[in-house]
Amino acid sequence: MELIVALIVQGLQMLLVVAVAPLLVGLVRKLKARLMRRRGAPLIQPYRDILRLLRKEVVLADNASWLFRAVPYLVFAATWVAAALVPTFATGLHFSWTADLIAIVALLGSARFFLALAGMDVGTSFGGIGSSREMMIASMAEPAMLLAVFAMALVAGSTQLSTVAQFMASPHVGLRVSLGMALVALIIVAIAENARIPVDNPATHLELTMAHEAMVLEYSGRHLAMIELAAALKLVLYVSLIACVFFPWGIASGTGSAGAYGLGLLSYVVKLAVGGILLAVLESSIAKLRVFRVPHLLGTALMLGLLGTLLLFVSRGL
Amino acid sequence: MAVEFALIAAGALLLTGIAAIPLSHHRRAAELVYGASALPCGFAGVIGLWALVANAAPTTVTLPLGLPWIGAHFRLDGLGAFFLIVLGLGGALNSIYAIGHGRHETEPGRVLPFYPAFLGAMLSVVLADDAFSFLLSWEVMSLLSWGLVLVHHRAGGTQRAGYVYLMMAAFGTMSLLLAFGLMTGGAENYGFDALRAATHGPAAMAAVLVLMLMGAGSKAGLVPLHVWLPLAHPAAPSHVSALMSGIMTKIAVYGFVRVAFDLLGPVPWPMAMVVMILGGITAVMGVMQALMEHDIKRLLAYHTVENIGIIFIGLGLALAFRAEGLTAAAALALVAALFHVLNHSLFKSLLFMGAGAILNATGTRDMERMGGLIHRMPVTAVVFLAGCVAISALPPFNGFVSEWLTFQAILVSPDLSPWGLKISAPAVGALLALAAALAATCFVKVYGVTFLGRSRGAEAAAARETDRWSLGAMVVLAGLCLVIGILPGFVIDLLAPVTQALLGGAMPHQADSPWLTIIPVAASRSSYNGFLVAVFIALSAGTMAWAVHRFASRRLRRAPAWDCGFPDPSPVTQYGAGSFAQPVRRVLGSVLMRAREEVFMPPPGDLRPARHEVHLRDLIWERSYAPLAAFIQAAATRLNVMQTLTIRRYLALVVFSLVSLLVVLTLWN
Repeated sequence: MELIVALIVQGLQMLLVVAVAPLLVGLVRKLKARLMRRRGAPLIQPYRDILRLLRKEVVLADNASWLFRAVPYLVFAATWVAAALVPTFATGLHFSWTADLIAIVALLGSARFFLALAGMDVGTSFGGIGSSREMMIASMAEPAMLLAVFAMALVAGSTQLSTVAQFMASPHVGLRVSLGMALVALIIVAIAENARIPVDNPATHLELTMAHEAMVLEYSGRHLAMIELAAALKLVLYVSLIACVFFPWGIASGTGSAGAYGLGLLSYVVKLAVGGILLAVLESSIAKLRVFRVPHLLGTALMLGLLGTLLLFVSRGL
Repeated sequence: MAVEFALIAAGALLLTGIAAIPLSHHRRAAELVYGASALPCGFAGVIGLWALVANAAPTTVTLPLGLPWIGAHFRLDGLGAFFLIVLGLGGALNSIYAIGHGRHETEPGRVLPFYPAFLGAMLSVVLADDAFSFLLSWEVMSLLSWGLVLVHHRAGGTQRAGYVYLMMAAFGTMSLLLAFGLMTGGAENYGFDALRAATHGPAAMAAVLVLMLMGAGSKAGLVPLHVWLPLAHPAAPSHVSALMSGIMTKIAVYGFVRVAFDLLGPVPWPMAMVVMILGGITAVMGVMQALMEHDIKRLLAYHTVENIGIIFIGLGLALAFRAEGLTAAAALALVAALFHVLNHSLFKSLLFMGAGAILNATGTRDMERMGGLIHRMPVTAVVFLAGCVAISALPPFNGFVSEWLTFQAILVSPDLSPWGLKISAPAVGALLALAAALAATCFVKVYGVTFLGRSRGAEAAAARETDRWSLGAMVVLAGLCLVIGILPGFVIDLLAPVTQALLGGAMPHQADSPWLTIIPVAASRSSYNGFLVAVFIALSAGTMAWAVHRFASRRLRRAPAWDCGFPDPSPVTQYGAGSFAQPVRRVLGSVLMRAREEVFMPPPGDLRPARHEVHLRDLIWERSYAPLAAFIQAAATRLNVMQTLTIRRYLALVVFSLVSLLVVLTLWN
């Protein structure tokens, strides 16, 4: 019985992240529009977009290979698994030990690897430029992310995200400089990985400044729907990650009651909304960086992560 | 008995090499020789596996060979058995590949005798139990591989590669000779058990370790002694490149592990720090140089340098933990390093075999002339993709597991008390993370430019799938990469006797943990389950694909590429190897390799074409090797005078040197 409940809760989390992902994207778009004094599309527009794309036929480039057709599903699956392993409303779910934080970062790496390959598959200049820039950004962002992970793991004594979240929710944490540095690093990485302003612009399509959108330019129909959904999932993943590690208030523990789960769910929705609002305000208030300024930003994240980790290493001996 | 059987395998390989000399012009010589090499290799691998699984006690044997009255000692213990598996597995599969690939060889007489003997020499390095037979086997291994590098000696660059390799190999063996000389410390016994029993001061230990880093490190490709590797490995025929990169560098790692963990006592921590930092620098420099490369085989050779760096990071961490007496952590770091040895031997062999198949199909190593091979070499494309994912350390393949274990070892390193280690461990962690991310970038480039896109040349457009033997070997290797990535616990358990013997501790037993999860320290601390990750990904991708096709839409239409409305029919407009690496070149290459770009734009009316040039500098070569070579050249020119002296001067020279030697001798006593 217990096992069944645990499996149901785990399944609920998997469905929750997929269900809520387009809503978060819709919220950010709506807020950005309002901040620019536009009315904006309704909140549920991303759901409509995805459903319409799913029903449309796929127009495939003549020389696209099997890889091009398999990648959308692989990318979606890897992102979904990663997103389902990040605690949202509760920690210590049944399969939470399957992959720790380093493995989650690597799973996102797998998704990115295949997406970049798909960008090269048709053999167009836009696909190539997108892949090449995406991988350049990733090769700075991923180490920065790992170092921020190191800092969190050293504070909590674990790379298991559930354990980290439980530890952060406990009163043992206190205020730590290195955690602050890790938070800043993580936010920069989250912005870069989700192709948000100031690193990339999710709204452009015919500009040489774009990275992510150029990479998926050849996709259409159900394939594009999968990729859009995966991108939305990734945004949810990063918001949940930052929320569960740095703002773990209200999160239910593994064997919680229905009330605790309800409270966890409520606080999770509030956290997602706050994350979306902050992202929209940030995106509306700054301009996009030139591509070759992005490494400076990511280098800052890398150094912050390293500094945070170094501080923890050194303070352990005191 | 195990060691005798392994020696028989080594002997059989050496005899095959000798038998191949008269045979090499026979019509079916390649099949015969490679088939005859595969069997003893497979046999040796089985012996190694048996010795580890049965946790057999070390067996020794003395043969009346080598130095008179002393003989040659051989021994098979846990460490040797593990490397026997690596060597046997890689050697056997590589020989099977060579049965097909070797048919394309234009100079079989130059390859066939050396190939099995090279395998036999590597086998006897692993089995040697005294300094003399170790060094002799090592040198035979070096010389035979040198012969294999020079197979196509008229091809451009091969002679320089052979020359640099010979210099570095001689330098390496000399360092090893001095290292073993220091370890014997004047005692007249060269057996490894005598070396193990001897005690050394910290200064002597540091000297031995530095000499080992130079000797074994130069063979493995540790920066800054790696310069020969990207020249020599690609120059050899592809199946030999696979052997040199996949296996011979691991034999060098074996030499280092044997001395640093077995023969020497616990090494003081500053030396461990040196090993670790060297590993970190090697990893990043290797992958950066690989990213800038357009020649697919040289690119893979630079990646060998990177992976050797990752292995040495693990070894350095293990030495540091051992110096501080943290046995469990040392076992974790050593397992990570040895696991990566196995993984790298698998995926690097696979990738070099794939490169060989591409070379046969297109006749070129230049990636800028490839493209679209996924349509023409479908099976090679799948297995090569598996190799790319594995080497980029992405789950659920095997490369990720060993890097994950290395990260876990770095995360327990705050327990180390010396300040030097406290500061260097996170820095090395950052270097490792950077190397892993750059490796993924590099393999997107490799796969994207060679297999995806449109063909950039007529040869690539007319390429054909490679033969069945080659495909068979590559499919097995790709399968192993996936299986080990999904079930890593068994490999960790297999390594338990090795760490138990070397460090007196082992990682927790993995086979008992639920769902085959791997748990490096404790379940609350970290765990990874490759099996479930793979199952989850497969399930969700499969379900989603099925649901979309079933309920939404399955219509598909082929059309010309969209490319934002401006598709260009010329395949040159695609991103190539150089353009793909441009962002990273500009960001990191401008610092590490002084990358410069120059654009020549002729004025209007001028008919010359516009040009874009990239200039890269190999700072390691410029700053260390070039001055050294210049110095030797200058000194040799000066000393040339000595060859044309008069007889009186020669006599004076003899008298002078005699007297000065006598003076030195008097002072010495």
